[in-house]
Formats: sequence, C-alpha cells, structure tokens
Amino acid sequence: MNPEPVIQLIDVQKRFGSQNVLKGVSLSIFEGKTTVVVGASGQGKSLIIKHILGLVKPDSGKVLVYGKDVNKIRKKELKEIRSNFGVLFQNAALFDSMTVFDNVALPLRERTRAKEGEIKTVVNEKLSLMELEGSNDKYPAQLSGGMRKRVGLARALVLNPKVVFFDEPTTGLDVALSNEMYRVFFRTQTKLSYTAVIVSHDVPKILKLADYVALMHNGVVQDCLSPEDFQTSDNPAIREFVQKTMGYIYESEQVEG
Amino acid sequence: MPILRFFEKFGDISLYYVNQAGRMGIFLFVVIVNIIKFPYYKISHITKQIYIIGALSIFVIIFTGAFTGMVISLQGYNTLRKFSSEGLLGSAVALSLIRELGPVLTALMVTGRAGSAICAEIGIMRNSEQIDALECMAIDPHKYILAPKFIASVVSMPLLTAIFDVVGIFSGYMIGVGLLGANEGSFFSSMYKDVEFSDIYMGFVKSVCFGILVVWICSAKGYYVHMERRGGFGAEGVSRVTTSAVVLSSVLILVSDYFITSLLL
Repeated sequence: MNPEPVIQLIDVQKRFGSQNVLKGVSLSIFEGKTTVVVGASGQGKSLIIKHILGLVKPDSGKVLVYGKDVNKIRKKELKEIRSNFGVLFQNAALFDSMTVFDNVALPLRERTRAKEGEIKTVVNEKLSLMELEGSNDKYPAQLSGGMRKRVGLARALVLNPKVVFFDEPTTGLDVALSNEMYRVFFRTQTKLSYTAVIVSHDVPKILKLADYVALMHNGVVQDCLSPEDFQTSDNPAIREFVQKTMGYIYESEQVEG
Repeated sequence: MPILRFFEKFGDISLYYVNQAGRMGIFLFVVIVNIIKFPYYKISHITKQIYIIGALSIFVIIFTGAFTGMVISLQGYNTLRKFSSEGLLGSAVALSLIRELGPVLTALMVTGRAGSAICAEIGIMRNSEQIDALECMAIDPHKYILAPKFIASVVSMPLLTAIFDVVGIFSGYMIGVGLLGANEGSFFSSMYKDVEFSDIYMGFVKSVCFGILVVWICSAKGYYVHMERRGGFGAEGVSRVTTSAVVLSSVLILVSDYFITSLLL
C-alpha cells in the first residue's frame, strides 16, 4: 500500500481565455519518490508545477501540499510550505545581474541567519557537487546552457529542500549535457534523498530515473504508473505516446532492421 | 451587430483599466505594508538603490537645474525690466524653482533616468521568471526588490530637488547679476524677504509625493508586465510597458502637481 502523498492535485481545472488547458487533473506525489510528468508540448505539464507552487490559481479543484490547500491558506503558510521546495526552472531563472556565487547564496542570505563564512562553505559545497568549481565569479550570461541549469539546481538545493521540481531539465541541452544533467540529478537525489517532480518530454531516457510516470494528454493525467507498467499500459493515449516516443523511426520493423 | 461589438469592446477596455487601477492600488498597499513589517531589510539593499536612483541622477539634475535657473533668470529679468522691477529677480527665480520647477523637473528627470530603468529591470525579471523564482524560494519580491526601491526613491527625490533648487538659484544669480547686470543686493534681499518656510514645505511635500508616484507607477508596470492587454512578452513587451510607465508617470506628476498646489496654497 502506498504511503500518504505529500502533494495531491484533485480535479484541477484551468482555463486561459477560450483555451481549456487543464480539464480535471488529478495526481499524487509520494515522499522520496521521483514522479515524472510526460506529454507532448503545450499540454500544460509546467502548469501543474506552477499550480503546486501556488504561482497559478486553479479555476476549480484542489492542490494539497502536506494536506493543506495552497489556494486557501494564508500567505505566511504558503511561504512556509514553499520553504520546503526547490525549483529548477525551464530557463534556470538565474538572477542575471548577480554572479554564480551570489545566485546560489541568495536563499541563504535572505532566509537564514548564516554568517558569510558559513554561506561560502555551503555554496562552494553545492557548486562542487554540480562540478562547477571555479565559476563563482562568472555571470549567468557567461555560462553555457548546461552550466546555467546546474547553477539553477545548486540554488534549488542550497537549503536542502524536501521536494524539488524540475521543469524540463534537459530542454535545449545536447545529448552529452542531458546525460550529465541526469547524472547530477541522480547523484544529488541519492545524497539528499528529496522527493522529485520532473516535467519532461525526454522519453525514454527520463523513464530510467522515474519511480512513477504520469502522462498529460487532452488536459488530464491519463494515468500515473511505474515505468514498467507505463510501457505496457492498455490505456490508448499512453500506448500511442509510448509508440510515438519509443517506437521505430522507420515505418516498418523490417526497414528498421 | 457593429454597435454591440463597439459596446463589447468598450466594456472590455473599461474593465481592463479598472482592473489595472485596482491591481496597482493593491500593489502600493502591499509594498507599504512590507516596508513597515518586520523583518526589516538589509541596509545595503537600500543604499544600493539610493546610489542607483539618487547618486547616479545627480549629474543630470545639476545640468538641468543650471539651465532651468539660467533661462528663468533671463526671461524674468527681461519681463521685470518692463515694469522696472528688476530687484524682484531673486525672489522670482527662487520661488518658481522652490515651489514648482524644482520638484516637477526633478521628478520628470528621475522618471526618465531611473523610473524607466526600474520598470525595465522588474519587467525583465518578471518575463525571465526571476520573480517566480524568488517566490518559490519563499523570498517576498515586494520586500526584497520593491521595498528598497520605494524607500530609496522617497529619500532621494527631496535631496535631488534640493540640489536642483540650489544649482538653479545659483545659475540664475550668475546670469541675472553676472551677465545681465541686476543688482546683487536686491537679488538676495528680495529672495530672503519673499521665500517663506511654507514655500520650502510645499516643494518638499511635492518631491516626496512625486518620489512615491514615480517608483510606484514604474515598478507596478514592470511587475505586472505579463498582464498587459496588448501582451507583455519578450523584449518588445518590456519596451512597450517601459514607455507607458514613463508617459503615465510624467502625466501623473503634472496632474498631481496641480492638486497638491491647490491643497497647500
């Protein structure tokens, strides 16, 4: 039997103008597990993360984090809940007028009473975990895409959060850098044992890291299954997705050889 | 039907502007609450903003103040001479600068120099998800980004206005007395006799109000760039919203100037 989920979306609906993006999304995220939300572009995958973070309010439905509805609690409580979160944004969302060191140090400086010496130790430790030693004084514009993402992850992990959200962690990276990003993810999760929510369309590679895989299709989560069950699911939408993303490139098996 | 479409469009636009006004009002309230509320911000955040908004504006304020004082003196001397009242040149220059031109022109210059920069900076932060990132780190952007800018603007504006007034009066003296030959004694005695504390007070109140107005409009416009009616996305969205922030601030400075004057006179 599964333990109590730390995050639960219950029948979440969201409309932007005439576009009905989320048509009743229900999803549970379990502690210490890695849940991957997959789906084609424009299906509202990132919107799910924004709902959990309380950045977007649903038109209807509930978003429960540690049993509290993030849309019905006071700002102070929301702040407390968010203090358990770390987020790696799609474009890393680094503060472009700050150096790498200052970006990673920001949560420590603003949210803790740590002294500058302690901050330096923690930041350097996180940067070395990301293999970013020697980049302390660089600005985000001077970094490659992969390095920016790793700085974003270092910043997300600097306060040792319980839940970390990854919004398209490998978008815009080449194969080698994507693999490096996954290795960094695996290394940090093993070390810090956080709950991970990953939004990605990097199938099948992402399935290797997942404990659960959920498919967003037609504005709803079709199902949330283990990677093995996901690949053999009878759900037509999942089957179609698996075939499209993991099937043969050529039209017949024979041609593929 | 075209008439119905017209009313639909009209209603849509009206609702948008009512919404925007409400949003900006709430924004101002939230920032003021965050300024007062514990925990307080680091002094380094405020000094950095005073440097950006205030110190970096000093040169342009001295320059505009000097030429404003010079032209008032030139115009004033030639007008007063028609009535043989050149002796009043000092009070004319000082009063027009202290009560009106000092606060208004300083505010307009700060809008152009620092207000536009504030709007663009916050707009870019919004569009590149930096503000979302702050919220996700449980750091309140109202406290971290906006409160120091508000405090810096309210502190800087009266000081810049004072510099503008002093430079303007001095350059008016140089032109009136040094170049046009007005009597030096009458220049200072008329100024000493006619400028009262209420004039200084009016200039001070105006500069504080303009300080709040500039930083409020410019930061709110940048903060809500994603809610702009014509789309606030990308570089074009930020440039559009910066232009509209500068125009709106400038217009509101002139409008509020009239109302503050009528209240304090």
